[in-house]
Amino acid sequence: MAARIARCILLLPLVFLLAGCDWVVLRPSGDIAMQQRDLIVVSTILMLLIVLPVMALTALFAWRYRQSNREAAYDPEWHHSTQLELVIWSAPLLIIIALGAVTWIATHTLDPFRPLERIDAQRELAADVKPLKVQVVAMDWKWLFIYPDYGIASVNEMAAPVDVPIEFSITASTVMNSFFVPALAGQIYAMPAMETKLHAVINQAGDYEGFSANYSGHGFSHMRFRFAGLSGADFDAWVAKVKAAKDPLNREEYLRLDQPSEREPVRHYGTTMAGLFDAVVNLCVDPAKMCMRDMMAIDARGGLGLAGVYNVSRLAYDRPRSRDVRTQAEAFVLSLCQVGPEVMLSPATDAPMYGLLR
Amino acid sequence: MQERSELMQTLFGRLTLEAIPYHEPILVWTFVATAILGMSLLAYITRKRAWGTLWNDWFCSIDHKRIGVMYMVLGIVMLLRGFADAIMMRAQQAFAFGDSMGYLPPHHYDQIFTAHGVIMIFFVAMPFVTGLMNYVVPLQIGARDVAFPFLNNFSFWMTTAGAVLVMMSLFVGEFAQTGWLAYPPLSGIAYSPSVGVDYYIWALQIAGVGTLLSGVNLLVTIVKMRAPGMTLMKMPVFTWTALCTNVLIVAAFPVLTAVLGLLSLDRYVGTNFFTNDFGGNAMMYVNLIWIWGHPEVYILILPLFGVFSEVVSTFSGKRLFGYTSMVYATVVITILSYLVWLHHFFTMGSGASVNSFFGITTMIISIPTGAKMFNWLFTMYRGRIKFDVPMLWTMGFMFTFVIGGMTGVLLAVPPADFVLHNSLFLIAHFHNVIIGGVVFGVFAGINYWFPKVAGFKLDEFWGKVSFWFWLVGFWVAFAPLYVLGLMGVTRRVSHFEDMSLQIWFQIAAVGAVLIGVGILAFLIQIFVSIRRRDSLRDETGDPWNGRTLEWATSSPPPAYNFAFTPRVHDQDAWFDMKRRGHQRPVSGFVDIHMPKNTAAGIVLAGIATVCGFALIWHIWWLAAASFFGLIAATIIHTFNYDRDYHIHADEVSRVEDQRTSQLAALQKA
Repeated sequence: MAARIARCILLLPLVFLLAGCDWVVLRPSGDIAMQQRDLIVVSTILMLLIVLPVMALTALFAWRYRQSNREAAYDPEWHHSTQLELVIWSAPLLIIIALGAVTWIATHTLDPFRPLERIDAQRELAADVKPLKVQVVAMDWKWLFIYPDYGIASVNEMAAPVDVPIEFSITASTVMNSFFVPALAGQIYAMPAMETKLHAVINQAGDYEGFSANYSGHGFSHMRFRFAGLSGADFDAWVAKVKAAKDPLNREEYLRLDQPSEREPVRHYGTTMAGLFDAVVNLCVDPAKMCMRDMMAIDARGGLGLAGVYNVSRLAYDRPRSRDVRTQAEAFVLSLCQVGPEVMLSPATDAPMYGLLR
Repeated sequence: MQERSELMQTLFGRLTLEAIPYHEPILVWTFVATAILGMSLLAYITRKRAWGTLWNDWFCSIDHKRIGVMYMVLGIVMLLRGFADAIMMRAQQAFAFGDSMGYLPPHHYDQIFTAHGVIMIFFVAMPFVTGLMNYVVPLQIGARDVAFPFLNNFSFWMTTAGAVLVMMSLFVGEFAQTGWLAYPPLSGIAYSPSVGVDYYIWALQIAGVGTLLSGVNLLVTIVKMRAPGMTLMKMPVFTWTALCTNVLIVAAFPVLTAVLGLLSLDRYVGTNFFTNDFGGNAMMYVNLIWIWGHPEVYILILPLFGVFSEVVSTFSGKRLFGYTSMVYATVVITILSYLVWLHHFFTMGSGASVNSFFGITTMIISIPTGAKMFNWLFTMYRGRIKFDVPMLWTMGFMFTFVIGGMTGVLLAVPPADFVLHNSLFLIAHFHNVIIGGVVFGVFAGINYWFPKVAGFKLDEFWGKVSFWFWLVGFWVAFAPLYVLGLMGVTRRVSHFEDMSLQIWFQIAAVGAVLIGVGILAFLIQIFVSIRRRDSLRDETGDPWNGRTLEWATSSPPPAYNFAFTPRVHDQDAWFDMKRRGHQRPVSGFVDIHMPKNTAAGIVLAGIATVCGFALIWHIWWLAAASFFGLIAATIIHTFNYDRDYHIHADEVSRVEDQRTSQLAALQKA
């Protein structure tokens, strides 16, 4: 309680502007977001050190040197003072040096690509804890979460055990989105044909909101999902529930899911095709498409010359998926690479059971 | 989709009757209102028999003063359009909660926020800034016109052509639904197959030609045409900021042209610069567009820093504090503005060192900006401050802008940006600096220089009404957005489920209405001032006891600005002349060589508009014809040798004598 009061007092300058401290960015539930919040508070206080005096002086000078005040000094030729110039350049400079140092350190420690070193302010991360791996695909207009260690997947809902580091691998299927759960951690872009990472941990059980924070077309407003922070046992139960779902997430189902749709209900898949996320990143879930990885390998060895131009023109990834119904291109199979038989992910034998951690 | 005959396809490209949105009531009513307004304006001009004057003395004018005024008019007209978009967004977000979907479907809402951003930056802020520079810079440096007067007219009309295309998208087809920077792959042909993005591309490309040429023009003007004695370090601060802005324009706008060119290649001929596959990379577009986009922010704000410097010093009755450090601060900002673009996308996943580098360079910009703030502050120190309307806007700026600057530096801390990026906090921040800085500055500038343009002051009462509604309206509209951003609410959302957010959006909508009253009061201010012009008349040419050369000539200035080029001995050249008892020369006038008006600018821009329209709708024959027409018209224009004339010495002496007796009468009174 005392800590809470202290925190509110620390937030006072912001409270002044914002009249409270019960907003998710200012009171998150994950350690990363918490540190980001602290950074906001510290930076704001540092800057107020200079902003408040400036505003006060502006008001003071405006009042004191108003035209009707004949008692105030009037010195129309006074326009230079070396001492004063030194002060007005060095005061912001000092603040920025302090803020710059804070920025440099915080940007490195809170780099989303950097694995976690602690669970929260008090607890270091035990060396033997394996992070929960989650692969995220932003689709038109829903979120797909694949849990490779469990062989399961879900749409528009994800869960994570409390106090266990989560390692997100994030991509998108068509256009840019941004993966954001404000209670958990800052956002990172989800981009097609690219993979970004995010490391985070949720410290309090609860239901949180996640959404896309980068406009992605007309279904964007409802591109939201539920992020459940669960106790270890509840998480195991959630995994079991998803596993019980009959639907498999294979190529066919993925391609069906990938069609644009809005307000998609929560959906669970008990089994998931192996290498699906990798295929999404390489734009080759559709077996008729050459994987980017292979294409780049060919190009790295000099490419296919003019014949290659002829081949690739049918391989366009975007056109058949185009939001314009008029430009449906015919499918085309290229025999340069073979798609192997579909293998479903088998849950790792050592897939952690988070209920046992407690 | 019905099949169309080959002939129709060839003749009209993608353009069909379906492109006209007669099934959308909002657009139909907008069209009706616009049509009525337009018709009555045309009727009014006809009744006043003003077509000849309008065409000869304004549209074809290559006088920098008239072109400056036309830029301001363009800015005001487009401000109304951009504000209409804003109020529609605020209304939608105030209503669209839970079961209510609001009155705008995403298809329409998404066009509105895109158009709002594009219009406010390219067709409101840019014309305002260019207009102010166009009018004031030649007067401040004691020149007769800009370096390339015809180019100036052409630049204006190209900017207008871009605005015309954007406005056209309202009633023919649709506008982009991509956000104002049109990030691919969303803006690529696969995900935005309709004409919206093409309208965006060609409007900006055509207007971009205008902006770039106007930048070259003013740059050369400032470098080459200063009055004798005006060394760089004796230039008025507004001219300095204009110089830096035009350097930025010349260096930044080609990047925009190139990146939009690449995007149009992707869309028109199937290249893969920014597509998902075949080595295309959307991140390249995001980098390139912000390499233009960040300097653009400073292109907008720097001239207004200049306006505030002029206003603070004039209305404090005092020399500007720290002129030298003001100049260096401006130059430092100019250079640094090229080293910060990545802060617009820290969340793209660059490494921590790259992110920190750009975060820290961004923070460093706040040092010269802070120094400027202190310089204005100490200009007021030991002054005699008159709170006329321009000074009120400046005070409003000083209080508002520091908050915007603070939230800006906050967003420059990468990990903080991770939680605030793309949120309404960001929206509040950039409106805080753009409204608090650019818009307030433009209004300060309009109120300050209006007497020079028109020969009478703007009405004070309505000016104050406008100011207070804008200031209060701004805070009521955007403080809730700061709050919503801290609640994790993101931008560009057209419908919400969380009812607890609604109240904040409703407050913001009230704020938008207050701003609307502020805009209305500004229009009334102009109208009332014209009605009461006799009582507001200023014959001195120097109503504020000004300090720079533009106040040395009559209001409005004669076509040739100065009968004799003044000689400059001090930064505050006119103040120095007044102090040393300067006598106006009253005899010995000579012929003045002047450029002649021409219709070439408006004709070329008209053809460019047709060309843009044809490209948007894939009417290839028309695109080709107008493109070659454009080249032909340009070549024909080069053969026009009748492009200058002399104002005879008698005429100059008649105008100057009139001025002499006017001043003498004032002296007696």
